Amino acid sequence: MSDAAYTSDEIMSIVAARQLENGQVCFVGIGLPSEAANLARLSHAPDVVLIYESGTIGTRPDVLPLSIGDGELAEQADLVVSVPEVFSYWLQAGRVDVGFLSAAQIDRFGNLNSTVIGPYDRPRVRLPGAGGAPEIASSAGEVIVMLRQSPRTFVESVDFVSSVGFGRNGEGRAGHRGGGPTVVITDLGVLRPDPETHQLELVAVHPGIDVDAVVAATGWDLRVAADLGAVDRPTEEELTILRALKERTSLAHKTVL
Amino acid sequence: MAEFTSLRAAIDDLVPNGSVVAMEGFTHLIPVAAGHEVIRQSKRDLTLVRMTPDVIYDQIIGAGCASKLVFSWGGNPGVGSLHRLRDAVENGYPSPLQIEEHSHAGMATRYAAGAAGLPFGILRGYVGTDLMDHTTVAMIRSPFDGEEVSAVRALNPDVAVIHAQQADRRGNVGLWGITGVQREAALAAGTVVVTVEEIVDELDLRGPNCAVLPSWTVDAIAEVPRGSHPSYSMGYSERDNSFYTRWDAISRDRDTFARWIDAYVTGPDDFSAYLAAVDDGSVTSLVDE
Repeated sequence: MSDAAYTSDEIMSIVAARQLENGQVCFVGIGLPSEAANLARLSHAPDVVLIYESGTIGTRPDVLPLSIGDGELAEQADLVVSVPEVFSYWLQAGRVDVGFLSAAQIDRFGNLNSTVIGPYDRPRVRLPGAGGAPEIASSAGEVIVMLRQSPRTFVESVDFVSSVGFGRNGEGRAGHRGGGPTVVITDLGVLRPDPETHQLELVAVHPGIDVDAVVAATGWDLRVAADLGAVDRPTEEELTILRALKERTSLAHKTVL
Repeated sequence: MAEFTSLRAAIDDLVPNGSVVAMEGFTHLIPVAAGHEVIRQSKRDLTLVRMTPDVIYDQIIGAGCASKLVFSWGGNPGVGSLHRLRDAVENGYPSPLQIEEHSHAGMATRYAAGAAGLPFGILRGYVGTDLMDHTTVAMIRSPFDGEEVSAVRALNPDVAVIHAQQADRRGNVGLWGITGVQREAALAAGTVVVTVEEIVDELDLRGPNCAVLPSWTVDAIAEVPRGSHPSYSMGYSERDNSFYTRWDAISRDRDTFARWIDAYVTGPDDFSAYLAAVDDGSVTSLVDE
């Protein structure tokens, strides 16, 4: 296969899927996180437990859901609970090992904005809002962030803290039971917070990606790990499973239309 | 006890201008027909409450029925923005819209407190977020061990409007699948309006996560088959994903939106004209050209 044998979305999903261990309990959102979590379930982590905020617990969708509340998620679930219950008995109580989040903006301390661009009272862009993210960020054992990297998304200071990473000044996680972000997966590489300073540091780049390009796509002075690694190229098996899943998904959603 | 009535009469009698209305349904069982009736009757100055303002609230807000929105996530699921909601918040069009926003967990806790008759609910949440400065939330200490938790005010809407799969002839309402926050919203509200797919002799409670709202907790029931379209009713209908995708283009432009509301909501007498347009494929044809 040539260098262009996969898309940036594919490598993001594949690298995110690799982070999950078999048997982990995972709180999943729609889009790339859902793709990544299901790829993990269909490959190396068959016993991963997927929870969607619609209250579907232990669900094994055959195709990817288009919305958080697709019927497929309820039909394939071990149990379905109400929304108050999924957030209280399951997430808040500490039963979730890994939460996936995305956002419109992230800062160097892993704080996420999904609320507004510009001032809150006169927003330039009104984004959908926090949804389930603040409590996932607070209570999940760890958080995996997936976000395409550019100076517009990786900013010096987020316009609004919707979900807490390590706080505006990197002060840490006081008041939160969960561990916060452990990894940020972008279309260019992988960042992890420094255990001391809590600042995100570039620890690996995707195949064929130049470090300077990652630095240039970051709105703050990005630190690069001394022992910068290279992300393993997607394997044939990973790509085959992912593409079959997406193919099934697109066929299924067409037949519904 | 629940009374069987028409949707028109239920909305006319039970949803006054200026009231606080929660139309709930978490992606599934969204009470769209009831929302259209609110628009058809030109309700004004409503405070709309809903965790996930979806296409239905985009329509109600765009039609100028609301002055305030209480919510936690306002997007078109799997598609992107709600353009009428954004136009109201960003530009005050067609009229200014005050917002009060929470997290999902916060909204769920507020409804549960409302259903339980408590003044507030508690959760671990909001800490460290900028939501703390922009919404009603306060930190309190546990009287038992001093642990600090967040308190949110109970939510008791004047009216809850939900869509369910079934009602039996005595007015007991049955719903299953993803039931979101509907039980809490109904039990928290002063008045409960329910549309159902079908009125049956006996509730058929075989799906996952069955819930029953007994007749004496419900005020009005109207039978509206497919009343959740483009959302779905598990066991009765499928989600119309293409409608959600095409809503993006319809709602992006003020005039196209106004023509759409005219053609499919305010022009016709009831929801059946909209469903007929869904069936013949014309319901999104304004953006085909």
